[in-house]
Amino acid sequence: MDVNEIIKPENLVYRKPTLLNDNTMHYCPGCSHGVAHKLVAEIIEEMGMMENTIAVSPVGCAVFAYNYIDVDWIQAAHGRAPAVATAAKRLNPHKLVFTYQGDGDLAAIGTAETIHACNRGENITIIFINNGIYGMTGGQMAPTTLEGMVTVTCPFGRKPELNGYPLHIGELLAKLKGTCYVTRQSVHTPAAIRKTKKAIMKGFENSMNKKGTSVIEIVSTCNTGWKMSPDKANVWMEENMFAEYPMGDLKNE
Amino acid sequence: MSEEVKLMKGNEAIAHAAIRSGADGYFGYPITPQSEVMETLMAEKPWETTGMVVLQAESELAAINMVYGGACCGKAVMTSSSSPGISLKQEGISYCAGAELPCLILNVMRGGPGLGTIQPSQADYYQTCKGGGHGDYRLIVLAPASVQEMADFVNLGFDLAFKYHNPAMILSDGVIGQMMEKVVLPPFRPRRTEAEVRAQEPWAAQGRTPDRARNVITSLEMDPVVMEQRNIKLQAKYAEIEANEVRYETINCEDADYLMVAFGSMARIAQKAIDLAKEEGIKLGLLRPITLWPFPTKAIAEAAKGKKGVLVAEINAGQMIDDVKLAVNCSLPVEHFGRLGGIVPSPEEVVAAIKEKLM
Repeated sequence: MDVNEIIKPENLVYRKPTLLNDNTMHYCPGCSHGVAHKLVAEIIEEMGMMENTIAVSPVGCAVFAYNYIDVDWIQAAHGRAPAVATAAKRLNPHKLVFTYQGDGDLAAIGTAETIHACNRGENITIIFINNGIYGMTGGQMAPTTLEGMVTVTCPFGRKPELNGYPLHIGELLAKLKGTCYVTRQSVHTPAAIRKTKKAIMKGFENSMNKKGTSVIEIVSTCNTGWKMSPDKANVWMEENMFAEYPMGDLKNE
Repeated sequence: MSEEVKLMKGNEAIAHAAIRSGADGYFGYPITPQSEVMETLMAEKPWETTGMVVLQAESELAAINMVYGGACCGKAVMTSSSSPGISLKQEGISYCAGAELPCLILNVMRGGPGLGTIQPSQADYYQTCKGGGHGDYRLIVLAPASVQEMADFVNLGFDLAFKYHNPAMILSDGVIGQMMEKVVLPPFRPRRTEAEVRAQEPWAAQGRTPDRARNVITSLEMDPVVMEQRNIKLQAKYAEIEANEVRYETINCEDADYLMVAFGSMARIAQKAIDLAKEEGIKLGLLRPITLWPFPTKAIAEAAKGKKGVLVAEINAGQMIDDVKLAVNCSLPVEHFGRLGGIVPSPEEVVAAIKEKLM
């Protein structure tokens, strides 16, 4: 059978979202960002929101998210994405505004901006990639690094007496009156990807329906920073990250 | 229709002028001596009239990053603060300059360093005109010397910011911010519609239409060759601003033996010093830079010709004097007079300084 006999519309079972362009991703093989990006592109496309989407990228590995998803992007200073998104949304109230941030950006340097944007109930969605480590800068300790976990700035493992405890920012944000939806998901299995897609879509819909702030935490792998194979990183995440950061909705109103 | 003259504080004039200028948003954080800006805006409720957004941010960091976010969407946005708060905003200001974003920032200066004092000062000249944040960038800096200029410089600041895609700063001080004077507010300019913003700011993040590639607003560039080109483009823009936008005022310069250079509230004091000196037979002239950057270098060199000396009067320990010395290139004596820590000098002190340092 010739290849062209197979490539027919009726045989199509999967295609890349058109808003996900062909630029080669800088992410490491095994990293969760690629899947999360694909979901974001797919959802904007399915919702028909391209012309009314303003996306905000962070500082960290996802700083270059703007290279891959073909919507308008604002690249924010480290940690300030929720403040940037606040203004973008308030000045363009009928547009879809979301941030895409890592744990260092959102839960360390940007804690104040995150908490206050959520507390004001800004009609934005925050997509929060939690992999427990600083990827871009080379694997340093993050606020979400697990107790005992080794990074280059806690080479003998995170010790609470020295470094404090893994920060449960999702639980904190769920307590705020301004958030309407806070959920913790992952993208390491097809089932998990489907659930995360629903969660992001719900967040975007909440934003457009002026329900308040939605936070989609995606517990993710950083196999390079964790110094593991992609396969092993998935297993390690399930055994260790999920124990500290359990999957599921933290708030759904 | 005759113009309506009102009596108000400089800070209040800024707020009223902002609403009238067609500004889309103001984002601020309270700090003395400029809190009346946001207080006036909140009391005026412009969101019910022009649709302008006014938001109290959780910090100066958040406020300047809200300005960044709004400017990225092509909107006319502004913030205001005073010295310690402006220090906090410097990272965001550098980002705005790097991403070539039009926006307006007001600094009502108070004494420093550190928490310093809430009293007036001009000690942020270096910070404003010589960098402040990181990287090779410039702000367009306007120095008002009256409540009327506070009002007028809002439109001027926005116009220059949008003309050059560059942040503009109104560098005021506690005297100009707090004092009440007569002012004629500028006429209303309508806010731009989304269609107008899309047409006039095609670079802005307004949502990608099918006829164009995505817009990405960033100051980041990983390839140093491309980053150098970005910097060269910035420098070319700054050279254009220097060539076109120098503004200053001269008072009594032709008929003077001594030249004073002073900006903002200090220029008002120096103006009084001209009259006091005249009674003693001393002929003083004043050059008041209105733009601190671009600096009126040539105008100062010209005004200094044939003079016996130059007194640079500033409410700081001597900052603008560096630029005046460069302007006159050691061709005549240049001395500094200033008071520190929130003390506003008297005109008598200025005349005494002329006599002591230059005669």
